[in-house]
Amino acid sequence: MKPELEKRIVRTPDGQEFEVDPLRDYYCEAAPTVMPAAYGKIVEDLFNWARSQSLWILGFGTGCGAIEMRPLMTPRFDAYRYGVQWRPTPRQANLFIISGYLSTKTLKRAIRSYEQMQNPKYVVGLGSCTINGGMYWDSYNTIKCLDQYLPVDLYITGCMPRPEALLQGFEDLKKLIRAGKCEGANKYSENFDWYKANQKQVIHDWDMPDYNW
Amino acid sequence: MDFDWMKIPYSLLTLFIVVNYGMILNAFIQKIGARVGRRHGIPIWQNYADLIKNYSIRSSITHGVMFYLGPVFRLSGGVGLLLFVPTIYGSYMFSNMSFAGDLILALYFVFFGTLGMALGAAESGHPHAAIGITRGLSQVTAAELPFALAVFAVALQYQTLSVTDIVAAQQGSFLNWTLFTNPLAVTAAMLSFLGSMMRPPFDVVLAPQEIPIGPPTEYHSSYLALMQTNRAIFPIAKIVIYMNLFFGGAASWPVFFLKVFCIYMISVLVGVVFPRFRVEQSIRWFLIWAVPVGILAVVLV
Ligand code: SF4
Repeated sequence: MKPELEKRIVRTPDGQEFEVDPLRDYYCEAAPTVMPAAYGKIVEDLFNWARSQSLWILGFGTGCGAIEMRPLMTPRFDAYRYGVQWRPTPRQANLFIISGYLSTKTLKRAIRSYEQMQNPKYVVGLGSCTINGGMYWDSYNTIKCLDQYLPVDLYITGCMPRPEALLQGFEDLKKLIRAGKCEGANKYSENFDWYKANQKQVIHDWDMPDYNW
Repeated sequence: MDFDWMKIPYSLLTLFIVVNYGMILNAFIQKIGARVGRRHGIPIWQNYADLIKNYSIRSSITHGVMFYLGPVFRLSGGVGLLLFVPTIYGSYMFSNMSFAGDLILALYFVFFGTLGMALGAAESGHPHAAIGITRGLSQVTAAELPFALAVFAVALQYQTLSVTDIVAAQQGSFLNWTLFTNPLAVTAAMLSFLGSMMRPPFDVVLAPQEIPIGPPTEYHSSYLALMQTNRAIFPIAKIVIYMNLFFGGAASWPVFFLKVFCIYMISVLVGVVFPRFRVEQSIRWFLIWAVPVGILAVVLV
């Protein structure tokens, strides 16, 4: 555990003393709960349509695949016309694209970002590295199968996939969302212990609460 | 007290029309910006999809009471601004709650939303939000200064604080518009207008590429949806004030739509041509170029 995360006594300039426990004070620790679709079919269909038409991607690039997202924002491929936008903060995003290999160090950050996103949230694995390790299959330092750490809704194959493949992936994801099949967040809360056990197996310096949002 | 209850449904109707017009106009404006960058840009109904999606998000977290109230204040700023000025001149249905001293109230409402936002974002405890708020407040303050001066100039010129009376004084030919009777005040106000529309070159506070998105960093789901609703109302409400004060008001909905669109286009035209200012640059710009014009306008009247 890092020293700045340990429990300590802080003294204010005017002499008061109080205890700070960063893990408890700065994070909320309650485990995620399953949140089923709450409304009738017609309303949920409308919601699913809206969710599929407004994919807000968390701007977090992990492997080489992140380079493929830039052409999507610019005139050549222009993903905005399909309702895909990039958001700088996990609070507002609902789609997390793991764009390639994840080193265990990045995995930790990816988990934290994922957990800060709000409930209907989707994960897309981009490139063969997220599926089976790809060309890093025997690396000591990257994870092989993203599925074991985060609930993935869709994989896009290739090393690396072209932007066209990504656009096609978005369209497929939209179909899944409209069909109401993208319940990754609920899957994550249902199998929370399993995911955490897997995550802790590879992340050795675990210095955050089990769930942080 | 004699209160006309029929005004309430009429005001709600105004609000409804303005929200929808604002949503479509915002998307349309963004499309124009995208076309300038040789993109196709978002579909015209994108804002509706975003809004429904944000309302449909199942989980949301809070950081305290002020965190709730931030977006609420902001929305009430926009709605209040809209409801206390006459939207359509001379129409009983759409003159809303305007009364004799409404100009001062409108000035207050322009600032109200930003202030509420500041309190709410500060409560979220996110450092990016705090920085965003500091930058936002300083820029908005600098931008409001010339507008306030211009409003004083106009109020002096027409000797009244009622927006309805000011519009009434501008009827007849378009040569009666403040634009032609008091060009200095209009210039100052339009410069300030550029600053408060959150478009380039003065959009550094909310730009997603800057210190991530500024004040709303921590806002999500329904909070964000409230703020998006405000994003549709507020620019229109603001433009309505400008239209009433400087461009002769509007006597019917088509004229209203056309004038609002044209006034909005001014900031868009400037926005697509000029790159973004940093905060201290824009404050300096307002103080050097806009404020003296405003002072001159007040002095000359
Ligand atoms: S799949 Fe290929 S391109 Fe993508 S991260 Fe792995 S090695 Fe890089």
